Amino acid sequence: MQWEAVIGLEVHVQLATQSKIFSGASTAFGAEPNTQACAVDLGLPGVLPVLNEAAVAMAVQFGLGINAEIPETSIFDRKNYFYPDLPKGYQTSQMYHPIVGPGEVEISLEDGSTKRVRVHHAHLEEDAGKSLHEDFHGMTGIDLNRAGTPLLEIVSEPDMRSAKEAVAYIKALHSIVTYLGISDGNMAEGSMRCDVNVSVRPKGQETLGTRAEIKNVNSFRFVEKAIAYEIERQVELIEEGGKVVQETRLYDPEADETRSMRTKEEANDYRYFPCPDLLPVVLDQAYVDHLRDSLPELPSEKRARFESELGLSAYDASVLSSTRPMAEYFEAVKDSCGDAKLAANWVQGELAGQLNRENLDIADSPISATQLGGLIRRVIDETINGKAAKQVFMALWNGEGETADEVIEAKGLKQVTDTGAIEAMIDQVIADSPVQVAQYVEADEAKRGKMIGYFVGQVMKASRGTANPQQVNALLKQKLDQS
Amino acid sequence: MHDKTLTELATALAAGEFSSRELTESLLARIERLDGELNSFITVTAEQALQAADAADAARAKGEAGPLAGLPLALKDIFCTRGVRTSCGSKMLDNFVSPYDATVVEKLAAAGTISLGKTNMDEFAMGSSNENSHYGPVKNPWDLTAVPGGSSGGSAAAVAAGLVPAALGTDTGGSIRQPAAFCGITGLKPTYGRVSRYGMVAYASSLDQAGPMARSAEDCALLLGTIAGHDLRDSTSVARGVPDYRAELEASLSGLKIGLPKEYFGDGLAPEVEAAVRDAIKVYESLGASVREVSLPHTDLAIPAYYVIAPAEASSNLSRYDGVRFGHRCENPADLEDLYKRTRAEGFGDEVKRRILIGTHTLSEGFFDAYYKKAQQVRRLIRQDFLDAFEDVDVLMGPASPTPAFDLGAKKDPVSMYLQDIYTIAINLAGIPGISVPAGFASGRPVGLQILGPHFAEQQLLNVAHQFQQATDWHRRQPAFGKENA
Repeated sequence: MQWEAVIGLEVHVQLATQSKIFSGASTAFGAEPNTQACAVDLGLPGVLPVLNEAAVAMAVQFGLGINAEIPETSIFDRKNYFYPDLPKGYQTSQMYHPIVGPGEVEISLEDGSTKRVRVHHAHLEEDAGKSLHEDFHGMTGIDLNRAGTPLLEIVSEPDMRSAKEAVAYIKALHSIVTYLGISDGNMAEGSMRCDVNVSVRPKGQETLGTRAEIKNVNSFRFVEKAIAYEIERQVELIEEGGKVVQETRLYDPEADETRSMRTKEEANDYRYFPCPDLLPVVLDQAYVDHLRDSLPELPSEKRARFESELGLSAYDASVLSSTRPMAEYFEAVKDSCGDAKLAANWVQGELAGQLNRENLDIADSPISATQLGGLIRRVIDETINGKAAKQVFMALWNGEGETADEVIEAKGLKQVTDTGAIEAMIDQVIADSPVQVAQYVEADEAKRGKMIGYFVGQVMKASRGTANPQQVNALLKQKLDQS
Repeated sequence: MHDKTLTELATALAAGEFSSRELTESLLARIERLDGELNSFITVTAEQALQAADAADAARAKGEAGPLAGLPLALKDIFCTRGVRTSCGSKMLDNFVSPYDATVVEKLAAAGTISLGKTNMDEFAMGSSNENSHYGPVKNPWDLTAVPGGSSGGSAAAVAAGLVPAALGTDTGGSIRQPAAFCGITGLKPTYGRVSRYGMVAYASSLDQAGPMARSAEDCALLLGTIAGHDLRDSTSVARGVPDYRAELEASLSGLKIGLPKEYFGDGLAPEVEAAVRDAIKVYESLGASVREVSLPHTDLAIPAYYVIAPAEASSNLSRYDGVRFGHRCENPADLEDLYKRTRAEGFGDEVKRRILIGTHTLSEGFFDAYYKKAQQVRRLIRQDFLDAFEDVDVLMGPASPTPAFDLGAKKDPVSMYLQDIYTIAINLAGIPGISVPAGFASGRPVGLQILGPHFAEQQLLNVAHQFQQATDWHRRQPAFGKENA
């Protein structure tokens, strides 16, 4: 039987506000435990929440970024359950009237095609604290620094059909929120956390299978592995005559498996009801319009423009628009050199390779976009050849000069295009290589094509790489054929 | 000094008849002498009070004293006070010393008033007799065998007994007005949103409101002006200017249209209470007011709706008392569940548990629509009843409670206790202001006249109450308890 996986995601994005969603305490990551929790975050008797306007603005920006409906009114509800790191015994969230209505996210697949994933809604809520189980001699420590951090929970429709699509979706969300600047998107610090709903059904069947929810999967790689494992588990289970039960599961990255956490029967009744301490959030049209007008160009728009206006391939457009720093760098290089395709090649080729080798982010590139643009300009105007360009690149990378021109000058890498000078070098090489010349003369046309490489190499060496390779090739062929 | 109103004490302090320290010492001595029997205070903060009194006297000497400087009062133990135990009448918070001040506490301190301590109350403000306190019941100074009412029973009894000229209370379903009526003092529940709830331990957030309890409407006006106003820390407080609530006290009542809700004069109303209220209405007629009967048709739904909404909110508000961060924690918990169960079983009293159970049930899956949503619909109807009535009349009048103070221990059945609040509860559901003023006696126990007005009509309510107090002296009557020669 052919099986089809059906995947939906709930992605919690930590919003990049300065202070918490309902208090004035800082949201900075990594402080000493319980130093960033004020009376409100601790849930002391008598305290009241006050909504952070910046969190509202960020949520609306996200909604606008995925072309979602922005309802005029949204309402905070209390989700009631007991947990030691949930100070009030309830989480303030939005159950019935979320701030962002239905929208959609375009994802790019590996074959270069795109697909639209529908977003059911996105709602604002507060994060809980952390329970720390180590270092407390069998007891549990509670750190409430994170309690009250604003989260935007983005709930997708079950539109994804493979682990790769799910990863592409999270990457697309990551890209949108970082473009908008509403989250740092740092998955290692928990700025994006995913709950994954997975079910399987025979291909062609319309009704959905029973789903399992995998909680708290916190990296692109783990999302892919957890889903892959879960699909396999469910298919095997059904094929062996078993039944998938609706339950919450945890992914264990070390064992690379998911494990049952609690079944539906054990699930909490959260007793949602509207939070009486907070007023409904009413957004007037002018406020929403103002936020819409100030939206930056988003990845899908950029990708489309890179293809249509700059003539880049779908693949290049997708890679170069994937993150905001990448897109900004590329566009600066392109503006500086005036050639989008060359800029794309350099950014994805030499630069990406070098960044990768040194494990650097593009934002930390030792070569600025202007420097790289200046280098490409010299390739375009043939001041240097491709080989020299790579030397210049490495020199700039290592800080051996401020500009490409400076490096070219200092290292004498200017391309030699003077026919006379090249001919002189060729004559010298021919004179120094009688054996090779003799072999060449005796060879047939097919072999000659290969053998000429030796002579080109010798001439380039003699020119210390500065001779124009096309000229060298043409002149060599001419002279050798006359020999 | 103990029988003067706040306004009279302010005048005396300004005139230098005595100092704030002398006044404070005198009242502290009176508390020392009488409160062992009355039990109106949970915590007396004598040392802080004397320091504050000295500071007020010093400010006065420098000519920097404001109108309330040096005036002693008491705070219901539901208001968070920095460095002082804030128990909310519960074992759960018996060890809780608040690290911060409630907004109203800040405002009163900034005005130079002096808190003598924290008054007794029904646990988490749940009760109508003050018998639900972890610290024991409060007695009614008019009759030590009677309850003082609740939940602000300690505040009411302390004011009535002359331990303090005024106190703050809170009112979720009548908790200021009913004890004020039972103890023969004046108590105002402001419009919901008029006074900040920040730092007031929450019972039912959409109904809770703080207000003054004092010996006169004039004193209530003075205090309301100090505690009212928008607070950025309370999103439900209303951004609306605070008028001088004393400015209109002397306005004539000629032409005032009074409505008597017929539902407030029906079965269950004690004849002596009705007689006292009707006499009070006659006083108003003599002052130039006209009276007509009106109807609040959904009155009988108020108690059922309240006992869905208030417990629902309470069940959530009280979840934070889990033994993890503050308050009572059971000894040697075996695991997390044991910690929760025993902490809450030990820390909460019966009535609190009862309401948590009710609220948890009504919010549960499958019951939410039938209870909570329906109750919210009823709430809108009740509110509309009042809005409709105020189309025709300026204020509504009736009894604050169907009976005078009942005997301690008399009401064993919770539902009969809940029915005590029949005239006060709808007011909280509608969010409108109400005031109870002393209007006579029934079997030797005080009777309260309740006056209700439209949202934010506190100025008018205080004017109407004050004019009654200019024409009568019920509010000046004092119990025999605590008389120097008694």
